Amino acid sequence: MDFANAFSSDNLRFIFEGFFMTLKVAFLSIVYSFLLGSVVGIIRYMKVPVLSPILGVLVEVLRNLPLLLIMFFARFALPDIGIQLGPVYAAIVALTLFEGAMISEIVRSGLQSIDKGQIEAARSSGLGYMRTLWHIVLPQGLRRMVPPLVSQFISLLKDTSLAVVISLPELMNQSKIVSGQNQNYVIPILLLAAILYFTVNYALSLVAKRLETKIV
Amino acid sequence: MPDFSILIEYFDFYIEGFVNTIYASILALLGSFLLGTVIAVFRITTVKPLRWLGTVYVEFIRNIPLLLIVYLFYLVLPMLGITLNGFISGTIGLTVYTAAFIAETIRAGIMSVPKGQSEAALSSGLTYVQTMRYVILPQAIKIVIPPLSNQFINLVKNSSVLSVIAGLDLMYFGDRVAGKTYATFDTYIFVAVFYLVLTLPLSYAALILERRLAKHS
Amino acid sequence: MMAKKWLAVALMTMVMSVFVLAGCGGGKVDNSSGSTGENPGADASLLDTIKSRGKLIVGVKYDTKLFGLKNPANNEVEGFDVDIAKALAKSILGDETKIELKEVTSKTRIPMLDNNEIDMIVATMTVTEERKEQVDFSEVYFKAGQSLLVKKGSAIKGIDDIAKGTKVLAVKGSTSVDNIIEKAPDATVLEFDNYQDAFGALKAGQGDVLTTDNAILYGMVAQDPGYEVVGEPFTDEPYGIAIKKGETELADAVNNELAAMKESGEYNTIYERWIGEAPSE
Repeated sequence: MDFANAFSSDNLRFIFEGFFMTLKVAFLSIVYSFLLGSVVGIIRYMKVPVLSPILGVLVEVLRNLPLLLIMFFARFALPDIGIQLGPVYAAIVALTLFEGAMISEIVRSGLQSIDKGQIEAARSSGLGYMRTLWHIVLPQGLRRMVPPLVSQFISLLKDTSLAVVISLPELMNQSKIVSGQNQNYVIPILLLAAILYFTVNYALSLVAKRLETKIV
Repeated sequence: MPDFSILIEYFDFYIEGFVNTIYASILALLGSFLLGTVIAVFRITTVKPLRWLGTVYVEFIRNIPLLLIVYLFYLVLPMLGITLNGFISGTIGLTVYTAAFIAETIRAGIMSVPKGQSEAALSSGLTYVQTMRYVILPQAIKIVIPPLSNQFINLVKNSSVLSVIAGLDLMYFGDRVAGKTYATFDTYIFVAVFYLVLTLPLSYAALILERRLAKHS
Repeated sequence: MMAKKWLAVALMTMVMSVFVLAGCGGGKVDNSSGSTGENPGADASLLDTIKSRGKLIVGVKYDTKLFGLKNPANNEVEGFDVDIAKALAKSILGDETKIELKEVTSKTRIPMLDNNEIDMIVATMTVTEERKEQVDFSEVYFKAGQSLLVKKGSAIKGIDDIAKGTKVLAVKGSTSVDNIIEKAPDATVLEFDNYQDAFGALKAGQGDVLTTDNAILYGMVAQDPGYEVVGEPFTDEPYGIAIKKGETELADAVNNELAAMKESGEYNTIYERWIGEAPSE
């Protein structure tokens, strides 16, 4: 083990570049997958004809495939149907689709968990369907969704490491390049990578706990 | 249509990977269930050091990527004189990773059993271990079965990281076939179908199980 | 209960049909290649596209010392292949900086060329008959041969020492895999995504020997002198620059430049810079 040389300023800069790439891809994918997941989840909760069952099938397929495979598809199979994505966008698209499918299920079950009696009461007191959804169901549902949503976001951040197979220069990839220089770097560099992942995710989970106790 | 001649010509490759993926998933499920149960019990005991150990395990493992854990077993363990091949170190990595999630599931299950029951069992002369073994765990397990089945689906999907360390799983053989056919899309479509053959029935079963248990309670 | 069962069957059928349809679409577009991707029209040749774009996009390795290795110290990709690619950019566009490098691995390079993501592959790629069905190759620009890398002091001294159960590490999608299976059928071959991973596995003791082209292996020795190349090369691995099928103008431009480089001595200079000796012949 050679901590001093493993953590030379060049190596650290290289690894932190990867770390920022991880954060960037994770942040964008969190935003997109949350938007996509919410829309799909609400459509499926409302049982919109035609659209809802089609989305249902897509969600089932995406949820049940390994993300590694979806990433590979996004990078190397989508071009066959005319969509060309570099490693960054391929990773974001794959993460958005996969995690979006997961999130749509969280949103749907969050909404479904709202007591039917409340909805009936709101409807019979003259509130329209959309307004009931907006004022009664969504606010309560959201509260219940926060904990599973945050753990999904943490999963997403960890899952960015799988983009190593499509050569995205993220934290895992850069760490491997540095640790490949010298066998004595392997332990220090993997340790550093672990600490970086842990710090961000643990911070996220603490925020989640805060939110949970505050809202509920 | 995807080129079915690929499937026919390389059927043995697909099947070997498919079978290994099933093996890895089942082994990791059993392993992580045992390890997860132990850690869950650690997390709720009154013995401080054990409690601390359980918390550190769960918090640390849950917050780092599976790939990193797998590399640890594949690349770092040999430095300590223990060399395990890709399949074994990958399966152990999966076990260690999944155990953290299962431990949390089981802990939640145990917590959901009313405290009065364990107090009653303890005061009727049962030891702590006996109380856990005969009173709390049997009830908790019923509650945790649906979330556990979801963990199993995750395991099957996550086992694809074995491909990165030559773990001979379905994804690894998919890569191998792609290297021979140069037909990226068609090769991996069949890989996807093989994964779905495993995971779709599992998630359907999980759904039924969940509904049935919800009805009973 | 029956209804649910039928639902499950229906779901499975739908999933399958989605994939079949997707595969169908994929196949169709494949046949009309040239109209997809970045190419503005089916008529414009790739060489014209490169000139109007003002940039040559080349797929090179990022993890192969001496040929294409990303250096963490300056973030540059450096090596023999990279210098050849720069020389091509200079001859086609008049400026060696009018180049964009993209990382390829043995596994990803042909899909990326197919997708028009890169104009050419200069990435330790052996010319083979099977590959000629997928891509066009330039004249041979480097002669390598497959060899073996072991930890110093290993009992393996050559291809004949590979016995039943010997763990041989190789890279996915490379010719080395097929060759070693042919020459040493008893070996257990384990494949990795790239050379970095394969060498990492060798260093971790996950295999007895790593096999690929000798030139790449010498790069690994330069990285870690605890390892050595053993035995004579047991195959010929002539490297060619891969270009999308039918782009003859570009292929001609590449071949002319390679010939001119050999003539002017620039080729020898690049060769000596990375390989450390003059090319044989």
